[in-house]
Amino acid sequence: MHRLLIRRLLQAIPTLWLIATATFFLLRVAPGGPFDEEKPLSTEIKEQIEAHYGLDQPLYRQYFSYLGNLLQGDLGPSYKYPGWDVQEILLQAFPVSFELGCWALLVALVIGIPAGILAAALHHRHAETGIMMAATAGICLPSFVVGPLLILTFSLLLGWFNPLGWTYPADRLLPAITLGLLYAAYIARLARSGLLEVLTEDYIRTAHAKGLSQRKVLLGHALRSALDPVVAYLGPAAAGLVSGSFVVETIFFIPGMGPFFVNGALNRDYPVVMGTVLFYAVLILLFNLIADILQMWMQPRTRHDEA
Amino acid sequence: MHRLFFYLKRLSQKRYCQPKRFLLATALATLAACSPSRTNVERGSQNQELYIGIGAEPAALDPHITTGLTEYSVMLALFEGLTTLDPQTMAVRPGVAKYWEVSGDGLTYTFHLDSQARWSNGDPVTAQDFLFSIERILSPALGAPYAYMLYPLRGAEAFNKGETTDFSSVGLHAPDPTTLICQLSAPTPYFLGLLAHNTWWPVHPPTIRQHGGMTERISKWTKPGNFVGNGPYTIESWRLNNGITVSRNPHYREVAQAALNRIHFLPIDMQTEERAFRAGYLHITSSVPVHRVDWYRENLPEQLHIDTALGTYYYMLNTTRGPLADKRVRKALAYAIDREQITEHILRAGQKPAYHFTPPNAGGYNAEARLPHDPSLARSLLAEAGFPDGAGFPAFELLYNTSESHRTIAEAIQQMWKTQLGINVTLHNQEWKAYLSTRQAGDFDILRAAWYGDYDDPNTFLDLGTTDNGNNHSAWSHPEYDRLIQSAAQADSAEKRQQYFQEAETILLEEMPYIPIYFYVTSRLIHPSVQGWYPSLLDNHPYQAIHLKAVH
Amino acid sequence: MTKHKREAHSLTAASPGRQAWSRLLQNRMARIGGFLFLGITLTCLFAPLLITSSPEAQDLAYGAQPPSAKHWLGTDSLGRDLFARILVGGRISIGVGFAATLVALLVGVTYGALAGYIGKRCEALMMRFVDAIYALPFTMVVIVLTVTFDQKSIFLIFMAIGLVEWLTMARIIRGQTRILRRRPFIEAARVNGSGHIRILLRHILPNLSGQIIVYTTLTIPAVILLESIISFLGLGVQPPTASWGTLIHEGAQKIDDAPWLLLFPALFFSLTIFSLNFLGDGLRDSLDPKETIDQP
Repeated sequence: MHRLLIRRLLQAIPTLWLIATATFFLLRVAPGGPFDEEKPLSTEIKEQIEAHYGLDQPLYRQYFSYLGNLLQGDLGPSYKYPGWDVQEILLQAFPVSFELGCWALLVALVIGIPAGILAAALHHRHAETGIMMAATAGICLPSFVVGPLLILTFSLLLGWFNPLGWTYPADRLLPAITLGLLYAAYIARLARSGLLEVLTEDYIRTAHAKGLSQRKVLLGHALRSALDPVVAYLGPAAAGLVSGSFVVETIFFIPGMGPFFVNGALNRDYPVVMGTVLFYAVLILLFNLIADILQMWMQPRTRHDEA
Repeated sequence: MHRLFFYLKRLSQKRYCQPKRFLLATALATLAACSPSRTNVERGSQNQELYIGIGAEPAALDPHITTGLTEYSVMLALFEGLTTLDPQTMAVRPGVAKYWEVSGDGLTYTFHLDSQARWSNGDPVTAQDFLFSIERILSPALGAPYAYMLYPLRGAEAFNKGETTDFSSVGLHAPDPTTLICQLSAPTPYFLGLLAHNTWWPVHPPTIRQHGGMTERISKWTKPGNFVGNGPYTIESWRLNNGITVSRNPHYREVAQAALNRIHFLPIDMQTEERAFRAGYLHITSSVPVHRVDWYRENLPEQLHIDTALGTYYYMLNTTRGPLADKRVRKALAYAIDREQITEHILRAGQKPAYHFTPPNAGGYNAEARLPHDPSLARSLLAEAGFPDGAGFPAFELLYNTSESHRTIAEAIQQMWKTQLGINVTLHNQEWKAYLSTRQAGDFDILRAAWYGDYDDPNTFLDLGTTDNGNNHSAWSHPEYDRLIQSAAQADSAEKRQQYFQEAETILLEEMPYIPIYFYVTSRLIHPSVQGWYPSLLDNHPYQAIHLKAVH
Repeated sequence: MTKHKREAHSLTAASPGRQAWSRLLQNRMARIGGFLFLGITLTCLFAPLLITSSPEAQDLAYGAQPPSAKHWLGTDSLGRDLFARILVGGRISIGVGFAATLVALLVGVTYGALAGYIGKRCEALMMRFVDAIYALPFTMVVIVLTVTFDQKSIFLIFMAIGLVEWLTMARIIRGQTRILRRRPFIEAARVNGSGHIRILLRHILPNLSGQIIVYTTLTIPAVILLESIISFLGLGVQPPTASWGTLIHEGAQKIDDAPWLLLFPALFFSLTIFSLNFLGDGLRDSLDPKETIDQP
């Protein structure tokens, strides 16, 4: 385990470098710059501003100075919001997105996994069709539809919740459901098919033959292998959840990271894009590592493989 | 989840006592009880706290580097210029300057500062502070985008362009702390109104120096705790994408006049904003979604506020591209558009169809020239240009930046050109920055554009047609037109000036490098408790004028 | 009979494809799904024969009207017939959905299976590359694509969508392959002298079919909705052509004034996804040879 962690840590360095480099040049290739406005700046003023941020330097020098600052933990200032550092933005926004993501993940797991198991256990019965139809409905309803629907019903019609905001404990519920629902549906479908694959395997049949109850077989033996695809999916999904959703955070006016990912790119706010992307990359590496460890733990036979 | 939804719907209609459902409902209701029962509007109206939607996060709160209306609406609470604009009449009123004298030739203005004017830390606002502020915004190193707003000042342009580094060459003097003398290069009739613009506002020199120096853009001086301003309010808290709260500046010179204790500026997205308003989360929204306008007009007309704005929505034609080089073709395209259909059925919020370029009543100017809506004339013009019924007209593209409203208008106009002229245009959208880059490269046939006046004067619109205007990407150049705009700038009487503008506008419509479509309005939802909010052409709503009245 | 023995028998018994097909036909839900999907696709394909009004004909004065005898599903804000627009939009959405998913499927399965099968350093390298692509800012990639390729071809949409959608597929397949690789029947095949490619194609791939099908049915709706975001950035279909993604997006904004603008496009979209899921589930079951035996 220690060796695995060290190895993955070492692998992370070139991966992050690759991401930083690709993103850096991707941004520079994109049309339009951070200081392009509808009422265009005079050339002199634009040059002054660009000089302020070192954008007048040759590209390779900008690249190396960015990497240099990065190594010192300096993500630079935002171009769009002068006076705000990228670190400051991330520190302010991440805890919010993280909390929302955790609640959504909880919603997704609490609904998704039992639904998937139940559907597999009730294979070929009407109940299975019902559960799977609900899961499919979850896939068909994007969050930009679910969010407004929930607000219209529970805030505007019933008056039970605030329509937006992130102040009171109850403000967490509607956004967490909006965000978690799609993931719940994915998990349910993946868990069901995973279980169905496993349930006819030899060792499960053996367990059945030994007289173990369906319930014990399901939960004790089958689940571990059956959830492999779910866990493989959950790695990147969880990273995506805790790093914020543009749609949900906009609809519910939640001060998380989501808008910075999208608006950073649309504003060509280079340091914000670089900062959020690298932050997200670290999360992806971390969550995929956790997922890989889980997958190995659930599949003892593959434990000694390289990861 | 859908079942949950279903239960709750049923629950809301009749009583249920099945234990499971009951539990669920109780749990939800308990959770709901954790949120306060009073809405922002109820609470705010009692405590004189205004909740106002501003649509987007302001880029900055530094009056010298910002350009947008969103920023302006927040900064209006935080700063005050030499003059202010009356919230009702837009007439120039004293601000930091208590009174002033103008020399006979209209070139020298002497301002006498209010001795009661204070910064939010208690320091007096002095003429030297204005000297510092104007030097700051004109310094090339700051890169202030709107520094040109100070160009009427003698020597300002040369200093801003780096032709001289000697600030004393700029026509600005402070003989004593309460007297400021401005010398202009030419008589500027709208000069006093210009002083109310944020580019002319003062900043607190010690604060600026403490946070990076006079010309440092990347400064933290506007952060809560650091901020010092001279307006009626000062920053209490600011969190990106979450809102700015301002509270009373106890040192403000007319502190008794401001009724509001606090203002919360909330950057809520347009769609979300309307729901927030309905739930009592906001007193004022920054806009109204088009499709909600009719509903409010029918059900809550007193809460729907639609004001004329100083802005034109138009299509810019690239006059170097194929048939668009022919002004008959350009006119044909313009005449074939049924603007009333667009304003009445698509925009629906009281926008005016634009049959000329400068919005009505801009600085008292009303264009006399008109373009007709005349499809048959359009067809014959097109035939004259060699494309009878659109035959042989080459394929061309209409570019707009992504937005539902732009798309809908483009689709309607595409259809009008197709049915009236037999011309096929393909639509193409780009996100904002890509659009700007394409536009600046002139790599388009027809482009959606818009212009909001920087100040209440026709010059801010008609200058767009001059050859070297930074926003003229149509490649259209007309020496006579340029000469007229130049003459207007130097005209010695208001009548002559108006006359030059009238002639220029006639040329613009005859040549048609820009096809005007409609004139903008500002639409907002405003709760009845808000008093003292008046219609304003430049969206200027001083917060001192506003108070909240309890409404039941 | 267990899964891996299927290979040995397939040479002697009736072709497994035919077996699977007959099993599929016996599955009621799959039959319903299949007919429904075929029905929707054909309706969209032959839309011009079915609709009386052109999807582009506008009547501004008659905008955003609820369903009526003339316009069965109502009109949009420009007074265009919603039914016609949904049918024509369906061609784009179903086309894009399938094509992009196919791209994602081919790349993801090949990549994941190879990574899982090869293992060791190479797997680590391949999976870190997947991590890197995950982290790339999608918005920026699409914006760059819009300028690097001048023509706004639909091919680009597939590329952009395929680019993000193959990653999770690769992760899932790689995990499954890692499990299969250790199984006795693969070892046996190796001992029997089967080449790596043969093992991958004949032994591993068939056992992945269940996960591939399920994830495919999950990818198609995601792709159809993603298309509207790509259109927003200027790469997708250009108006006046609509797609289900853009119609649903537009409808969601007008949810309280003109609910039919959301309801009907969402209904067509959901029906398609439902039918595909039933079909997918049936297909998964029928490709699983154990099913016939297990079923009473």
